[in-house]
Amino acid sequence: MTDADKPARPAQKKNLFAQLEIDTRLLGMIGAFVILCLGFHFITDGRFLTSRNIFNLTIQTVSVAIMATGMVFVIVTRNIDLSVGSLLATCSAVMAMTQTFITPEVFGLGLNHPATAPIAIVVGIATGVLIGAFQGYIVGYLGVPAFIVTLGGLLVWRNVAWYLTNGQTIGPLDRNFMQFGGINGTLGETWSWVIGLIAVLFAFYSFWRNRRSKISHDFPVKPIWAEIVMAAITAVAIMGFVAVLNNYDVPRRRLQQMFEARGEVMPDGFTQGYGLPISVLLLIAVAVVMTIVARRTRLGRYIFATGGNPDAAALSGINTRLLTVKIFAIMGGLCGLAALVASARLSFHSNDIGTLDELRVIAAAVIGGTALAGGVGTIYGAILGALIMQSLQSGMAMVGVDAPFQNIVVGAVLVIAVLIDTIYRKRTGAK
Amino acid sequence: MAIDRNGTPLVEMRDISIAFGGVKAVDHVTVDLFPGEVVGLLGHNGAGKSTLIKCLSGAYQQDSGDIYINGDKVSISNPRDARRHNIETIYQTLALADNLDAASNLFLGREIVGPTGLLDDNKMEAETRKVMHRLNPNFKNFTSPVSSYSGGQRQSVAIARAVHFNARILIMDEPTAALGPHETQMVADLIQELKRQGLGIFLIDHDVHQVKKLCDRANVMKNGQLVGTANVEDVSADDLLGMIIAGKCPPGAIPGPGAIHE
Repeated sequence: MTDADKPARPAQKKNLFAQLEIDTRLLGMIGAFVILCLGFHFITDGRFLTSRNIFNLTIQTVSVAIMATGMVFVIVTRNIDLSVGSLLATCSAVMAMTQTFITPEVFGLGLNHPATAPIAIVVGIATGVLIGAFQGYIVGYLGVPAFIVTLGGLLVWRNVAWYLTNGQTIGPLDRNFMQFGGINGTLGETWSWVIGLIAVLFAFYSFWRNRRSKISHDFPVKPIWAEIVMAAITAVAIMGFVAVLNNYDVPRRRLQQMFEARGEVMPDGFTQGYGLPISVLLLIAVAVVMTIVARRTRLGRYIFATGGNPDAAALSGINTRLLTVKIFAIMGGLCGLAALVASARLSFHSNDIGTLDELRVIAAAVIGGTALAGGVGTIYGAILGALIMQSLQSGMAMVGVDAPFQNIVVGAVLVIAVLIDTIYRKRTGAK
Repeated sequence: MAIDRNGTPLVEMRDISIAFGGVKAVDHVTVDLFPGEVVGLLGHNGAGKSTLIKCLSGAYQQDSGDIYINGDKVSISNPRDARRHNIETIYQTLALADNLDAASNLFLGREIVGPTGLLDDNKMEAETRKVMHRLNPNFKNFTSPVSSYSGGQRQSVAIARAVHFNARILIMDEPTAALGPHETQMVADLIQELKRQGLGIFLIDHDVHQVKKLCDRANVMKNGQLVGTANVEDVSADDLLGMIIAGKCPPGAIPGPGAIHE
């Protein structure tokens, strides 16, 4: 054996995925997602994987996915938040009231004033943070289990929203505010390409930086071909996503209206793709920030340590009570952000906004690999979980599955996903 | 090795009491510790030795009594305060977060951050490799979570965490309870090494032979009270057992409030 002559070389028997340093669980989830999409695509005679449907899928997923990233932190620390759907409703109600009543009538700002949307958003997110922190305080400092506190919250905040708005639908919302809803606010083709390119360059830079840092500490690094493969996959994925969204054209009539509004005449044969929705950009920003928090900050380290062993965390000097408050505050803030997206997408606040979202959010986090026993979970997993849930739901609707069966399937998939994950973890010995 | 007990003790826990719901877990206990000394704390389960020492490590706060470090009265109300006074603890449960790797556990609560305020994981791992290499050269498993480690490897991580941050006072709660003979010897060697460096060590143990071997002095507790304190050379293993079981203070020991008067 020639290998024996080179004892300094590390073991070469790693499989392909190990060399690429790809998480096999992530790969499994992506695989399930791809099979799901291809299946629907086949059954619907090619209507599922169209630009239009992918565009719609992504904007429908955003609200739940934003909350799911926060739910990861909540579940990782062995808590649960059943109040997110109701909290979303309260935040949405507050934002709607702010922009239709407070800014125009109390502050005297006119309709669609540029300051209206920022004020409403800040007020809405602050509401979420405050309510979340309050619930976290009851859990962390007063010792009431999160399940009970947020089960109470589920009733309380749903009906606070009702009370605030007298149960009325409030709309239409501010024009700038509605930009965050999805189809009402997209970047257009050029800017989408620019953003995509920036994302690719940033990904390359972080790959390079990580490699350089590892080399500087004499750690083993992946072979250069593996780095290139990963970089290429990342670049293709990002640019492919942008290409798909750019491919979905704005309807002719709407374009004509836009030109008319500017007093111009639309040239013949002019087309324009929607491009990246601002709401999706918001989700990506949330995902990046939350991933950095989870992996690269003390807060994230403490969240995972507390989830893994609360006693050890406390004995290491971590203030686990304050940590609980922070986690629920983050969750609340993300509910505010999700409320922005959800109400902007509807273009009004309705009394039942976010109903049952708590279940979708928890399911997304759990399907995405967050363990209810605590200590384990990823942000990207939760987002992928949300995407899988939404694809399943809208795919079945497209196929024409009856509504009761849709919910039966979604419920069964949740249980089966966790079962598969449990078996996988036993097999691989991972915790 | 001679220990100078004429100067100021490194630690003095004076007249410490703590009660839980009417039960006096620790009842007016006074113990001290000098630099370069290993002091054993012996007693049955529930004798109060762990509770007493948790007042020093910040996990509990005493109801009455004072703690002096180098002669200065200090207030220790949480584990961070203890760490600030260079008091490090190796808990019986090891207090490791099983889902994190060795480096994350070693630096838990004391992470190294870069200029941007983000964690510098590579630097922490590099430091961990250095520390673990000194402590347990067989240790290779740096990137997987602690849950996949053997008992001895987990113990190594817990010990590394205690000794890496310039501990002056080390508390070891049954450090060898879960270890094999080889690893027990490793801990014994480490204790000698730390003694030479002038650390003071509180060692909690049930095993009188272990205490006779590793400690310079032993405190025996029973029902929350101090039975007595002895130089381990002045008493036999049976004497220590008698103190633990019956609360009888032998002639070679200094009796405490918990000693039975015959």
